[in-house]
Amino acid sequence: MSDPINDLDARIAFMRANMENMMKVTPWANEMGFKVTRIEKGHVWGVQPFDEKLIGDPETRVIHGGVITTLLDNLCGSSCGAALKEFRFVATLDLRIDYMRPAESGRDILAEAECYHITKSVAFCRAWAYHETRDKVIATAQGAFAINQPRTNLKPGSQL
Amino acid sequence: MSETISRGDQLKAFLDQVPIVQTLGMHCDIKGDDMVGVLPFQNKLIGNFTIKALHGGAMGTFLEMTAMAQLFLVSDAPRPARTINITVDYLRQGKAQDLYARATVIKLGRRMASVRAEAWQSERDKPVAALLGHFLVG
Repeated sequence: MSDPINDLDARIAFMRANMENMMKVTPWANEMGFKVTRIEKGHVWGVQPFDEKLIGDPETRVIHGGVITTLLDNLCGSSCGAALKEFRFVATLDLRIDYMRPAESGRDILAEAECYHITKSVAFCRAWAYHETRDKVIATAQGAFAINQPRTNLKPGSQL
Repeated sequence: MSETISRGDQLKAFLDQVPIVQTLGMHCDIKGDDMVGVLPFQNKLIGNFTIKALHGGAMGTFLEMTAMAQLFLVSDAPRPARTINITVDYLRQGKAQDLYARATVIKLGRRMASVRAEAWQSERDKPVAALLGHFLVG
């Protein structure tokens, strides 16, 4: 029997089954209110619904860039979970965000992250935030994530 | 712009109106043209329950807001700057404690500004996260 810790396909299946609850166990992600919507090998998608409490500029009523930082950081971390052969917790080493255009007020923000290279101790990710498609991005991100020592306390709903 | 209102008071008035500042629960301790950002610990700021670590996104938001606030304080732009890009280095695990940050404006040009910010917890010499950001001021 393959288990989500050592078998990637089983882990992706586990992540998909727990997609709804994935962010509920991450308090700050839960506070922002975003959700994971799709998971493939090394690639995850999510949505950040518009919320008044996330506004960073009272004049334009646009969501603060920090919310996009949280969303892309978190999705990058999840993309590592959907890419590593054996399950490991990852920690952000660095994250660079480029803001291409302002988000539009009142609209949900879609995002995706891809873990595109893994070494023994570091995973490299990139991510995109947009309203409709990747052709018209709001922001892009590039990050490196430290791969932590093995853990075995994987429970349903725990963040992968 | 009224000349009787100090830059610090203008900043305070602006921050009071920003929803994300209230959501984070942060405030700025302003002393003339200098300030320290303060993010009192709350459970909702956690990113990883098993190790009770602050979420990188919460720290990033706090650092970006602190950098913007410091930039507003030393510039004479009528509105807060817009972020072009930020790079956040996560140096240590953010513990379940208050987080502080101070920002330095490295260069203030007519259109662009470069700002560095650093966050720490119990020890100033042990930064938890650092940010380098470029902002559009014009």
